[in-house]
Amino acid sequence: MAWLLKKPTLVFLALFAATWLLAKYSSTWFESPSLAWAIDYPKTWVLPLKDYVSAAMKWLVEDAGFGLFSFTELTRAIAWLIEQPYEFVRAVLATGFFDGIGRRATQIVPPLSWIAVTAAVVALGHYAKSWGLAAIVGLAFLYLAVFGQWESAMVTLASVVIAVPFGVAGGLMLGILAYRHKSFEAVLKPVLDLMQTIPVFAYLVPILFMFGFGPVSALVATVIYAMPPMARITTMALKNVDPEIVDFGKMTGCTQRQMTWKILVPSALNGLMVGVNQVIMLSLNMVIIASMIGAGGLGFDVLASLRRLNIGGGFEAGIAIVILAVALDRLSQALAARSTEYSPPPREQGFVARHKRSVTVVVILGITMGLGLFIPALQTYPEAAELSTGAFWTNGVKYLNINYFDQFEAVKIFLLTNFLLPIKRFFLGIPWPWAIAMITLIGWKFGGWKLGAMNFAMALFIATTGMWEKAMITIYLCGASVVIASIIGIPIGIWAALSPRAGKVIGVAIDTLQTLPSFVYLIPVIMLFRIGDFTAMVAIVAYALVPAVRYAAHGVRHVSPDLIEAGVVSGCTKRQILFKIRLPLALPEILLGINQTIMLALSMLVITALVGTRDLGQEVYIALTKADTGRGLVAGLAIAFIAIMADRIISASARKAKTRYGID
Amino acid sequence: MAENIKLACRNVWKLYGPRAVEFLKANPDADLERVKNAGFVPAVRGANVDVRDGEIFVIMGLSGSGKSTLVRCMSRLIEPTAGELFFEGQDLRKASKKALIDIRRHKMGMVFQHFALLPHLTVLENVAFPLTIQGQAKAAADTRAREVIELVGLGGRENYYPRELSGGQQQRVGIARSLAVEPELWFLDEPFSALDPLIRREMQDEFMRLQAMLKKTIVFITHDFDEAIRLADRIAIMKDGAIIQVATPEELVMNPASDYVEEFTRHVPRDKVISVGAVMKKGAEGAGAGLPMASKIAEIAEAVVMADAPLKVVDAAGKAVGAIDRETVINILIGRVR
Ligand SMILES: Nc1ncnc2c1ncn2[C@@H]1O[C@H](COP(=O)(O)OP(=O)(O)OP(=O)(O)O)[C@@H](O)[C@H]1O
Ligand SMILES: [Mg+2]
Repeated sequence: MAWLLKKPTLVFLALFAATWLLAKYSSTWFESPSLAWAIDYPKTWVLPLKDYVSAAMKWLVEDAGFGLFSFTELTRAIAWLIEQPYEFVRAVLATGFFDGIGRRATQIVPPLSWIAVTAAVVALGHYAKSWGLAAIVGLAFLYLAVFGQWESAMVTLASVVIAVPFGVAGGLMLGILAYRHKSFEAVLKPVLDLMQTIPVFAYLVPILFMFGFGPVSALVATVIYAMPPMARITTMALKNVDPEIVDFGKMTGCTQRQMTWKILVPSALNGLMVGVNQVIMLSLNMVIIASMIGAGGLGFDVLASLRRLNIGGGFEAGIAIVILAVALDRLSQALAARSTEYSPPPREQGFVARHKRSVTVVVILGITMGLGLFIPALQTYPEAAELSTGAFWTNGVKYLNINYFDQFEAVKIFLLTNFLLPIKRFFLGIPWPWAIAMITLIGWKFGGWKLGAMNFAMALFIATTGMWEKAMITIYLCGASVVIASIIGIPIGIWAALSPRAGKVIGVAIDTLQTLPSFVYLIPVIMLFRIGDFTAMVAIVAYALVPAVRYAAHGVRHVSPDLIEAGVVSGCTKRQILFKIRLPLALPEILLGINQTIMLALSMLVITALVGTRDLGQEVYIALTKADTGRGLVAGLAIAFIAIMADRIISASARKAKTRYGID
Repeated sequence: MAENIKLACRNVWKLYGPRAVEFLKANPDADLERVKNAGFVPAVRGANVDVRDGEIFVIMGLSGSGKSTLVRCMSRLIEPTAGELFFEGQDLRKASKKALIDIRRHKMGMVFQHFALLPHLTVLENVAFPLTIQGQAKAAADTRAREVIELVGLGGRENYYPRELSGGQQQRVGIARSLAVEPELWFLDEPFSALDPLIRREMQDEFMRLQAMLKKTIVFITHDFDEAIRLADRIAIMKDGAIIQVATPEELVMNPASDYVEEFTRHVPRDKVISVGAVMKKGAEGAGAGLPMASKIAEIAEAVVMADAPLKVVDAAGKAVGAIDRETVINILIGRVR
């Protein structure tokens, strides 16, 4: 027995072989009822956890109270508070102010004219960086107007405008508290981990219960979704403040409050702005998703088009999302960079001279508002002059489908039968007790008994709540997508690192891809491959590709130049340098990239549920449509647990690789 | 406790590692070996220091010897593992949070190795910062800030941001900022070591000019012996967290407490440290108008070497106390001491 422990690789190979055999032949067990329980988790053994959760939710909404008022009244009051600023911004940007209700309402104040809004973002672009940026964002907004996406885009923008301050402020507070109190950080960290891995749909249902169907629920979900990264980044940025500066603050006799607001936060501004950019992009992503629960806007347009199989409309709205995302990202990044570029203020005198841009925008606003009363085109972009690319996209997709249908189909079927289905069969075939044992063992091998115990508990949770089969489909779909994303992404990343020219192009491409809301990836894939596992996989691969590329490029690029020189001096060929020096040393980084890829893939699952996969994502999605809190939360937790297990195992092995190569 | 002692450390320890306090309670006089074997990082071990009012007290030692940690214990930026601290006779370790804030606001100042300027504030705002923290009105704080900015020779740069200044200028801002509150005890942790040699020299001159004017009590860290002997009234030498010797530069060179100190001071230019009084022939007769016995050899070397006979040495009162001859001086100049 002792010699076995000395050869862990051998043991694991043997265990894998055993697993494979079990997976292959366990299906015959169905025939003997005494063993069937091991392959199919018996219904009678399922813990009705989701029913408990649903019941608790019901009690909370219907009966819970704080004496003076009930829980529902509290949440409705919060909803009202959020709704007011939202309604205002939405009216200003998109709909205008009305007098009266329903059909007989008359517009008393129109929304900001498209010219004024575009002028404002141009001015902002110039203020943030340059005329170049001003041109980019100006063109982006012009596109929205000319191609008939204006009103939807403004509704989406209004949600973002409201969600971002809440997300930033909330994240900042949590982050500061975690920085101040170790104990709070210890509590917050796992919660944030969970929040970032649990699919948003899972908590959409309880939010719907509390805040009602409509934009407010969407906003609450958006804020909850966008806040964790801000909290994390805040704590990290504060911790990274130069310790000398912290000492200086103490030596000056700062109180805790002075320390936070006069020393730490301003010194950490650089990092904090990265968080703000993240909140903006996540909010946009979420606002799009949340269109399903009544946020309206561009996301709703996409969804409606997809339901009607209106290819052109879907593409048009999708492209508008892309354009809005790119514009917001560039703008907020430039503003972030500017905010820490301390330079002497302009020494010009006079209000107008100092506020040229603002004055110009206000003047344009006044003129368009005034003249808009007489010339409607100044107010609202005239419908007659709108261009539509819908027909183009429809025809394009039609053309592809007519002429290349066989090729698409061939690829699809080839991959399905030779890649996807075998993997699916493998995962579904493993008896669940054996699988739990293996997962525990893997955790123990990479991260010690603690990780082993955690894996055991989480896997057991998935089995006992009756999610086993769907979890396996989730793992299969996700795993297959991650394998393909790695096969495509890692070589691209290596290429980007080795060739500066390719690196630049690839860099821009992945930066752009990363800003796109996950929803967008679904549109072209659905058009070409219709629904099913294959479509889901392509969308997941497309969405999850970026980190694989990015981390591989980073890892290969940042191998210490000394080591490369040592390799060159000892006569390595280019090939040898790549395979013997760069790649092994970049391995930990590549592993982290794969880790991120898994996280993105899992977060995409809920969205691919729209194309009819039968995994945990679908479970969450069904729960959403049926407003079943317990079902959604339990399935969401199961997804989160899968994500957490994968994350811990891979992080631990990356750490091991790092210590093995003596990096870090 | 003597009247003129500004800050006193009594058996101050700082060990890094879990349960260090308990360990020290059980082993109050553990030696280096024991501490290390128990798994602690011995940053400061049993330091006893008296910083006198108005002196420049320099702490020296190799990198990692615990200089910064000791100074941070003195200002309670780091909580010592054991020991007592007295600031103007007040027990600093027992001071409440509020009292500590008050002491730091009004009585202590610190200058940092990497300046620690706030990047988002202008020079003026940086210097006025400690004053506004105290709650002073902006106008008064600005006036005072302008004064100290003028004092360190940065007049005209009030509206620059730190990153628009050179390293030397940034450290002047750091100095001005810590002076703005008129501290009584001034800590400087390698304030010039991030600067290149030429500017460092210039800043030392500047620093001495300021000290001649302001007469602060100063605790100054450096690991540059030239800097130490230029500035110090007394020097403390640290090794592995312990203070090995506290003495004037001259005593360190003349009577090193251990081989380590001797080794440490080997390359010190003796002529700049040793004074006439320490090497003269006591009671001997000499010629000339009389050299003050406190002057350093470097200052009188030329006169003695050029003279034909030993020269007379006088004390502060002008009374003849001995004579110094050419051979003694030359021996010191070429490093062959005693
Ligand atoms: N937070 C800490 N945790 C653990 N060990 C520490 C910590 N801070 C300092 N040390 C250790 O304490 C010892 C003394 O450090 P200190 O910074 O006081 O040295 P120093 O004399 O100021 O050195 P330098 O000249 O490099 O500034 C060092 O061995 C250092 O590694
Ligand atoms: Mg130091």
